[in-house]
Amino acid sequence: MELEFFIEKTALVLVLFVLTLTIAAYSTWAERKVAAWLQDRVGPNRAGPFGLLQPLADGGKMFFKEEIIPNGANKYLFIAGPSLALLVSFLGTAVIPFGQSIEIFGRVVPLQVTDINVGILYIFGIVSLGVYGIMIGGWASNNKYSLMGAIRGASQNISYEIAMGLSIIALLMVTNTLSFKEIAAQQHGWHWNVLYQPLGFLIFLICAFAETNRVPFDLPECETELIGGYQTEYSAFKMGAYMFAEYINMFVSSVVMAVLYFGGYNYPGMDAVNQALGPTWGPLIGVGVMFFKIIAFIFFFMWVRWTVPRFRYDQLMDLGWKVLIPLAIANIVITAIVIVGFDLFNKL
Amino acid sequence: MESLSGRKKVLEQKPMNFWERMYLPAIFKGMAITFSHMFKKKETIHYPEQQREFSENWRGMHSLKRDEHGRERCTACGLCALSCPAEAITMISAEREKGEEHLYREEKYAAVYEINMLRCIFCGLCEEACPKEAIYLDGPIVPSDYLRKDFIYGKDKLVEKPLKEMEAEKAISR
Repeated sequence: MELEFFIEKTALVLVLFVLTLTIAAYSTWAERKVAAWLQDRVGPNRAGPFGLLQPLADGGKMFFKEEIIPNGANKYLFIAGPSLALLVSFLGTAVIPFGQSIEIFGRVVPLQVTDINVGILYIFGIVSLGVYGIMIGGWASNNKYSLMGAIRGASQNISYEIAMGLSIIALLMVTNTLSFKEIAAQQHGWHWNVLYQPLGFLIFLICAFAETNRVPFDLPECETELIGGYQTEYSAFKMGAYMFAEYINMFVSSVVMAVLYFGGYNYPGMDAVNQALGPTWGPLIGVGVMFFKIIAFIFFFMWVRWTVPRFRYDQLMDLGWKVLIPLAIANIVITAIVIVGFDLFNKL
Repeated sequence: MESLSGRKKVLEQKPMNFWERMYLPAIFKGMAITFSHMFKKKETIHYPEQQREFSENWRGMHSLKRDEHGRERCTACGLCALSCPAEAITMISAEREKGEEHLYREEKYAAVYEINMLRCIFCGLCEEACPKEAIYLDGPIVPSDYLRKDFIYGKDKLVEKPLKEMEAEKAISR
């Protein structure tokens, strides 16, 4: 392994790690601001200008709170729960291309930590691991509310993963590849996949809400019924880890949606911009566009959260099994017919 | 059953039609409403910097009044403490010495006058009980503090400023 390669990848991983942390921290601030704006309030504005130091204050608070491990809890699993949730949530961004390859000091650097050719499967594996953090935490707490939350989390994630996977299959029929790099490259300019797969995107979006346990599908947490669900017994930094994991999951699913359906770093007129700015600065504009899309998605997550009330448990299962899965299968069939139709049309 | 008032409304529970079962149109409608609220005027009053306008009969922090010559009106009769349902007021009386006529209006005055703001319920009964018109609840909101002992307000915080200072303040505000 060459030294440059090692440095390049290490730098990329570090930047991505810090970026993920920062975005997750400021998501908590943004969530409160967005909530306030949607409710005719101003939100946190005392810590620093516009309340920008609020995440630091909250983090400090989390560190210095008293750590409580309940007597009846399984101590090792109790600690493993939040650690696993946080760890797994970080892994997702490794296969995401954040931009076209950049030329730095005469060296072409791909803005992707690793390009594995089964990137989508990797993401799915990581996402389904995420539920273990919730399950282990809820089980180890030795509390009925926590257990209820954990069970709900597990059943909800399993139900919605099916519809999510089926909606992705239709996308794969269009793209013919599992690699994120190629999927992003295929959507050059304005050939975004959302234009070919609008229904698939809608299903994926709804499932993403369920997978990240966000309102309207926050049944594992469910403050009003389960007093915090799997988080009930957690305090101090372990509680913070769960909250952080939730926000990182939101970031990761925003990234995945941006790359799979909204063209990632692609934007109309990118060729002209790349030619004008050269191989170093041109792709950076693409990175900016990518992050604009990600932040727009994060805003969308929050916007929905502060608009829609929580689904009832039977409604959640109805929607998952009786609406989304048939819709996703129909989407596959329609996509297949259209693709075959186009092939026949081209042969004529 | 026959409605006697004629205002009875019978609500029908219809099964949801296809669009309603999709939830999405309703969700989008709701999201449009919440988004429009982003640009509305914020209702927040930035408290320490801005203050809400109070009504005429607002009861805030107490103040012990002075008369037109700048003398304290309170004679430490104890009627306010007696009337107080929360037992927030206590005082120690003292006799006016010679040469103190410009400070206290009557021969007896309150050497110590304390109100416990954590006990006070701002009912205004002390104001009504006072025969000398010495106490009024016409001040601002009682500020927050860290220690319980700091909520016991003595004469230093309660008594009105001397006449000269008040006139000077009025002149500045003009």
